[in-house]
Amino acid sequence: MQPNQKSKETTMGMEPTPEEIRDRQLFSELGLTPSEYQQVQHHLGRLPNWTELGIYSVMWSEHCSYKNSKPLLKRLPTDGPRVLQGPGEGAGVIDIGDGQAVVFKIESHNHPTAVEPFQGAATGVGGIIRDVFSMGARPVALLNSLRFGPLESPRVRYLFEQAVAGIAHYGNIVGIPTVGGEVEFDATYEGNPLVNAMCVGIIDHEDLQQGVAKGIGNPVIYVGASTGRDGIHGATFASEELSDASEEKRPSVQAGDPFMEKLLMEACLELVQKEILLGIQDMGAAGLTCSSAEMTAKGGVGLDLYLDDVPQREVGMTPYEIMLSESQERMLLVVAEGREAEVKEVLDKWELPSAVVGRVTEGNRYRIFHHRECVADMPVNTLVDDAPINYRQGEEPSSYRDGTTASHQDLHHLDATDALQQVLRAPSLASKRWVYQQYDSMVRTSTAVRPGSDAAVIVLDGFDKALAMSVDGNSRYVKLDPWVGGASAVAEAARNVVCAGARPLAITDCLNFGNPEKPEVFWQLENAIDGMGEACRQLATPVVGGNVSLYNETKGVAIHPTPVVGMVGLVESQEHITTQSFKQAGDVLLLLGSNRGELGGSELQQQVLGSISGRPPVLDLEAEKALQSTVLHLIQTKTVSSAHDLSTGGLAVALAEAAFANALGVHMDVKTDLETIPYLFGESQSRVLLSLPKESVAKAISMADEKGVPWCQLGEVRGDRLSITINGSEVISQPVSRLQTIWEEAIPCAMNASLTN
Amino acid sequence: MRFAVLVFPGSNCDIDCEKAIQKVLGEPIDFVWHTQRNLDDYDAIIVPGGFSYGDYLRAGALARFSPVMEGVVKAATEGKLVLGICNGFQILQEAGLLPGAMRMNDHLKFRCDIQPLTVVNNSLPFTQDYQMNETIRLPIAHGQGNFYCDEATHYELTQKGQIVFRYQGDNPNGSVDDIAGVCNQAGNVLGLMPHPERAIVEWMGSQDGGKMFTSMLRYWEEKIGAA
Repeated sequence: MQPNQKSKETTMGMEPTPEEIRDRQLFSELGLTPSEYQQVQHHLGRLPNWTELGIYSVMWSEHCSYKNSKPLLKRLPTDGPRVLQGPGEGAGVIDIGDGQAVVFKIESHNHPTAVEPFQGAATGVGGIIRDVFSMGARPVALLNSLRFGPLESPRVRYLFEQAVAGIAHYGNIVGIPTVGGEVEFDATYEGNPLVNAMCVGIIDHEDLQQGVAKGIGNPVIYVGASTGRDGIHGATFASEELSDASEEKRPSVQAGDPFMEKLLMEACLELVQKEILLGIQDMGAAGLTCSSAEMTAKGGVGLDLYLDDVPQREVGMTPYEIMLSESQERMLLVVAEGREAEVKEVLDKWELPSAVVGRVTEGNRYRIFHHRECVADMPVNTLVDDAPINYRQGEEPSSYRDGTTASHQDLHHLDATDALQQVLRAPSLASKRWVYQQYDSMVRTSTAVRPGSDAAVIVLDGFDKALAMSVDGNSRYVKLDPWVGGASAVAEAARNVVCAGARPLAITDCLNFGNPEKPEVFWQLENAIDGMGEACRQLATPVVGGNVSLYNETKGVAIHPTPVVGMVGLVESQEHITTQSFKQAGDVLLLLGSNRGELGGSELQQQVLGSISGRPPVLDLEAEKALQSTVLHLIQTKTVSSAHDLSTGGLAVALAEAAFANALGVHMDVKTDLETIPYLFGESQSRVLLSLPKESVAKAISMADEKGVPWCQLGEVRGDRLSITINGSEVISQPVSRLQTIWEEAIPCAMNASLTN
Repeated sequence: MRFAVLVFPGSNCDIDCEKAIQKVLGEPIDFVWHTQRNLDDYDAIIVPGGFSYGDYLRAGALARFSPVMEGVVKAATEGKLVLGICNGFQILQEAGLLPGAMRMNDHLKFRCDIQPLTVVNNSLPFTQDYQMNETIRLPIAHGQGNFYCDEATHYELTQKGQIVFRYQGDNPNGSVDDIAGVCNQAGNVLGLMPHPERAIVEWMGSQDGGKMFTSMLRYWEEKIGAA
């Protein structure tokens, strides 16, 4: 059908005509290249009008099509015996036994947060919740991974404070506990903060839904908030670098309404329980366009959309605006013809606006009608399956080659006590209580391990089993060696859930990188993905979904490559739930794993030198597997009192963190060939600190020996001081309370600085 | 003893209250939709936490106009037990069933934590299983829990034993006289910002909430026994 090619009058003036678009190359304003514009013409056999071009531009954006990352993402393992749904739907689904499954996904909302932190972060949470309940699952937990610049900057403090408040606002009102997360501060994120939100849901297998349109003649039902002009072209905005002009893109940021989300969630889950739905999909990035086009393409059908029937909150919206709006809290449903009234009854009960806005058709045409005219007519496969793919080539940066020669001798002279205080005070490592106190972590009364331990744990009503979850990523390691850094992110996330008493099941990942058109950035992306993939294969934790956020650059400078891994693990029995904190005086401290004294990319190096260099800690995946299997076995046989993963800050920080919660001291006396600073602050991977009753020590050691895991008996839990003696000299002796004060007060103090200085 | 837990659009702790009552008491409890006016079938009514109507106006300000509030007022007048938790407390204040008003927390941020409290009045149907001046730990999670009343009201609350719980240690929201929970003059309507339903079993971090529900059941059983 030849759509009406006349231009529409908008609030911004007249839309350009197809000829004007061609002649003035206006497609570039929508982020399309000349070659992509040629492809659109080829697919249509004519010039596209403004509405059609807008639809192609969002559907072919990196955010929706993964055109730059798809060839790399294919290298990740996505299958496994427990995988019920891998990447491609709203969220990944993993079998957890008893006919139940866990549904989870992580997604970025970086660019919106950079220009409008409260709403940007809040709507990131809203989007990921919808991804989970659109699968039919009840969302039970939220996590987030945040990256900001140094808190010395007033702008950064504003962004950080508002983003945290936005996350809290949304999650708290929807009534889903925010149970865990991580926050790091580094100059690399000053102009481009990262907000990655993860949601975890629970479902019975038979309730699993799909984002698909099927059944010729079936109605397509729009439900939720009305459509406004907010967020138009958000997906395109997310797929370009930030600049001074980004502030003008504030209208690309949506405003969230968590109350509406709560109603929408309850209504959709009620429809799932009533087994009415054939297909359901969130209107997220690229709004009505992406949800309807993806559902149509997946169903192998066509679609007619009637925009006059779409609930609208503003008058005079053009088809372009309605199709590209990213107004929040909206879902698209497909039901069998004749069941519209049943759907409406549920939606009316929750006082939700809804309307039949389209019909499933035969063939593959994606047609849009407005004011009784056809305004767009496209083959739907060209929007989704046939989106262009860019095969790029990476190039190893010279800084990587230089890394092998770096030495860390300049840190060895430091006083151990000063060094410990300095890293505990570093906001990246300091207590995040200031953040997580703002999140309701206990609503739904299933949170067994609250924020502040290695992993959060959620119990499942009516079962003895529980779920452990963690988000992790260390961009410094990735910057220094993307392969090792990518693999380490997976390994650490797995180690964290193991320390909570869980068997790691699967991951969701959020790949935050710079502009992939730059060969060095593409090299980072390629190697990080390969490292993650190898770690996932070795640890048997497939990737079941995630998100790619590229173009994280400010004024041409890319962020540290930051893959973030969200891991979910299964705790077989609530008796296995373990936390990082010491439980009782007299327990023996046992360190599992090898200490190589590695300071490259360490927190200490960053804090003391203000920069990182060298290679990150080595990761031996065989050793990692043996360690995790040993720790999990010891936990499941109730041999240990606490288990804590060693990560940033090394052994010294792990000891301090484990001491804080119950104000229990450490008496440690060891001999080592390493110098004190690398021994205490090196960040060698695959290490776990255990505390356990004396009578269990022999059992733990024999288990470690059996699995070939190196161990070291450090000392014991004793008194109220952190006392560390190395090779006969006491290098640290501090009251735990004093160290805890430094650690607790770092972020509140930084945030209390005047916003105007 | 039959419990009703009210469900407004935006209620989040309704299911938690149901789970707690079932776990601690094993007594029947029904979810009651906000449009239902009649609550005559119930012996106790729980107004749960959450964000009714998004709390976009003032917390509880819209929910109090719901039809179900007619039944709540009637139940309160008849001497039945009415328990308002967090947003439920705010709704009961807005409905005029409890004194005082809520302001934003003085630090202007939402606060979630496990908070020590002092039981200031243990002679109520809700608190009789606690010791007088007992320290208990209950989770808090609110942005508008800064209880305010004028001096005259405060004097009256003190004189009539209507202050039921006080925050111990750091006051988490700036409330007048560290007030965490108050009751009406008759003692059958209690509102508190902390969440007893979130402190039931050991893995929750505290089990101190259970006694509130056992107190209610014991009161009801004694009342029935006496009748």
